[in-house]
Amino acid sequence: MRPQTRWLTLSACGAVLLCGGAVRVVAQEAHVDRLTGRAAAGKPLYTRYCAGCHGDEGDSRGENTQWIDPKPRDFTLATFKCRSTPSGTLPTDQDLYNSVTRGFVTTNMPPWVALTPHNRIDLVAYIKTFSARWSTAKPGTPIAIPPEPAPTVQGILHGRELFQRLECWKCHGAAGHGDGPSAKTLTDNKDDPIRPYDFQTGTRFMCGTTNQDLYRIFMTGLDGSPMPSFADQLQPAQAWDLVHFLRTLQPLKTPEATIWRAWFTTHGRELKPIGQEGGGQ
Amino acid sequence: MVKRFLKAAAPLATLVCAAMTPDRGSMPAKSYTAAYAALTSRIPAFARKYGLRCSACHTAWPELSAFGQRFKDNGYQLGNDRDSPIWQNNAYWPIAMRTTPQYRVENTTNQVTVASPGGKTITQAGFDLSGVDFLLLGTLYKDITFGLVPTLDADGTTGLEAAFVRFDNLGNSPWANLKVGKFELDNLLSEKRFTWLSSNGGFLYAYHYLPVGSANNFGFGDNQIGAEFSGHSINSYTRYSVALLTGDDGEPGLPGGKSVDAMFTASRAFAIGSGLGPQRVGVFGYLGHRPTVFDSSGGAPIPGTGSANKSFVRFGATAQLWVGNLEIIPLVSHASDDAALGPGADKPAWNTALLEAHYVATPRLLVQGRYEVMRMSKQGDPAIPSTQGNADAFALGVRAYPFMFSRDGMALHAEFAMTKTIGTAPLSGDGSGVDPATPTTVVWSRSLLLAFDFAF
Ligand code: HEC
Ligand code: HEC
Repeated sequence: MRPQTRWLTLSACGAVLLCGGAVRVVAQEAHVDRLTGRAAAGKPLYTRYCAGCHGDEGDSRGENTQWIDPKPRDFTLATFKCRSTPSGTLPTDQDLYNSVTRGFVTTNMPPWVALTPHNRIDLVAYIKTFSARWSTAKPGTPIAIPPEPAPTVQGILHGRELFQRLECWKCHGAAGHGDGPSAKTLTDNKDDPIRPYDFQTGTRFMCGTTNQDLYRIFMTGLDGSPMPSFADQLQPAQAWDLVHFLRTLQPLKTPEATIWRAWFTTHGRELKPIGQEGGGQ
Repeated sequence: MVKRFLKAAAPLATLVCAAMTPDRGSMPAKSYTAAYAALTSRIPAFARKYGLRCSACHTAWPELSAFGQRFKDNGYQLGNDRDSPIWQNNAYWPIAMRTTPQYRVENTTNQVTVASPGGKTITQAGFDLSGVDFLLLGTLYKDITFGLVPTLDADGTTGLEAAFVRFDNLGNSPWANLKVGKFELDNLLSEKRFTWLSSNGGFLYAYHYLPVGSANNFGFGDNQIGAEFSGHSINSYTRYSVALLTGDDGEPGLPGGKSVDAMFTASRAFAIGSGLGPQRVGVFGYLGHRPTVFDSSGGAPIPGTGSANKSFVRFGATAQLWVGNLEIIPLVSHASDDAALGPGADKPAWNTALLEAHYVATPRLLVQGRYEVMRMSKQGDPAIPSTQGNADAFALGVRAYPFMFSRDGMALHAEFAMTKTIGTAPLSGDGSGVDPATPTTVVWSRSLLLAFDFAF
């Protein structure tokens, strides 16, 4: 290559790099409690801890991605599963911080709780630089979660009815085994096959562990996955009933399970099975 | 690691023979524990299992980061309900191998030889090998962990550096874990996972020093056989461990007596500042016993008959402090032995202080330095000059990792280390291996190491 042509090629490459990079030159901060995270500080941490899966460019094309199922999140899409905000909106910094801290159970996404809070919030600031959406849109307003009523048999029965009527069973299966009639056909926003959550073996959720977390999961949906938001179909009291019913499906000694099992031993046969023919009651 | 292979023939042979015919009576005056000192471990098998880069668990491998410490404390588990091997592809095999081809120069002054009884400088130089560490560690089942570390020295000698099973999260609590077998003591500043490899730099005086003429054989840096009960908070910022250990300094076959040693550690980390890790401070202590009398048959001591146990104590404090990418590790410790463990009628006591600094410029570049002083505070025999045994050790090094991903790792390692000992042979074992002509003679021992340190 002659010197001039080489120079031209170089400057062309430079221009491409600059323009390509321009999208990312949004100074990003993230805030949790009294901590301010800075993208510049998050970048080397991201290379150290995250890039092997999420990719240097945040596009989920790290060297490990080929071996991992489910695939790491593609940050260039700015679509996130665990949010306190309505479906379709950006999550809050706190949501991302919680996801990074908690990790995603049953996946390769580890809990990063051993990193200092400062490191974690710097990381959150940095992953927000991968999509221009963070500079054009604001995070959604977190949904309100009213206080939880005490679980009752009536409430659980009502929740069971909702599980039938809202067709949770079509994906999650009648017994919550993750084996409903649609389960095998589901794919996520990247066309990768995805399985519904299996309540029969799952003690924790990707997006949390508490009843509040569970409420939030189906009231905001897991964006990018087939798991929808039911915020438009459910009143808060109904949502709590559904929470209490879902707890009876899990291998946990919850208050809901205790109440339910006591009632079920005497009345179980009166129940119509959940499913195509079922009425849920 | 390097030392092990350097000193291979003589001390390892001694140890192997000692293991076959346990003989406390002729225990080497100064144990060769340093020969084992720097067997380091770092485990690409985990990187492969979890798809994590080395840099997730290691600030600069093999040193653990806070994330790596939590992973280890959790029984080599991430806690994602997929840690049990049943979730792994059948082809997954929890093994990693590490070795270090190298060029090195060792130079030691005032060495007594047959030709120079007054002492001369001995220099060794050339291409050399380390041994190979086989690191088999993983889970047998959820919350059941195992470890197995067979070693192969460059001269063909084999060893079993670690072999244990650990029951994690007893009663579903991270505060209760039980490990049984042969394992590394819960040293906050780990000598097995530190970033020093040279003959004079690859061990700490704090972990191996014993007074001239001592019959004790204990070293913090030696893996011990016993049971350890430990626990930690969810993020492992608070940690403790207590261990009961057979008093044979990790030598299998129960050659000594029946008394047990006890070790404890506790540490707490604080998320202060925006550095690469939290600020951790910790304390440790060890109460040990060694038998001084054996029943014998045909002149050889009978294993297990050791009695008239005499005690020794070690305690100290250490920290891991981060300022940005600079890590500062101070450690102070005090040691004293019962007079009956030698060499004279008094209790010998000594103190060590060290300061180590790591600048982790990037996950792929480490610049490090260490300075350690060891001072006898009381000799076991008033006839021994007060300075005999004193040591100063200094080391400087650079490790560059040409690539960083999740399958294996390599480091280009350069290190210069220097020790000054008074009236004793350097613990590295460099030179003729015997004490200098007079108890006040100063011995300088220097190591230069250029190595390719790799693990797959
Ligand atoms: C070993 C691979 C791996 C590493 C390393 C990793 N992640 Fe992930 N991460 C994943 C996977 C897989 C998912 C998606 C899980 C799913 O969709 O079920 C994910 C998802 C996420 C999400 C999405 C949360 C949401 O609500 O959708 C965030 C944020 C995230 N990771 C941040 C990080 C950060 C920050 C780091 C580094 C500190 C990191 N990850 C390191 C594999 C990894
Ligand atoms: C169209 C199929 C579909 C329907 C209908 C559906 N889900 Fe899901 N659900 C999924 C999938 C797929 C996942 C797993 C998402 C993932 O792994 O990222 C999931 C996950 C979940 C989770 C676990 C989330 C976590 O954080 O781990 C809960 C809880 C849940 N669904 C509840 C419900 C409830 C309640 C209903 C009905 C009101 C419902 N789902 C209806 C497909 C569905």
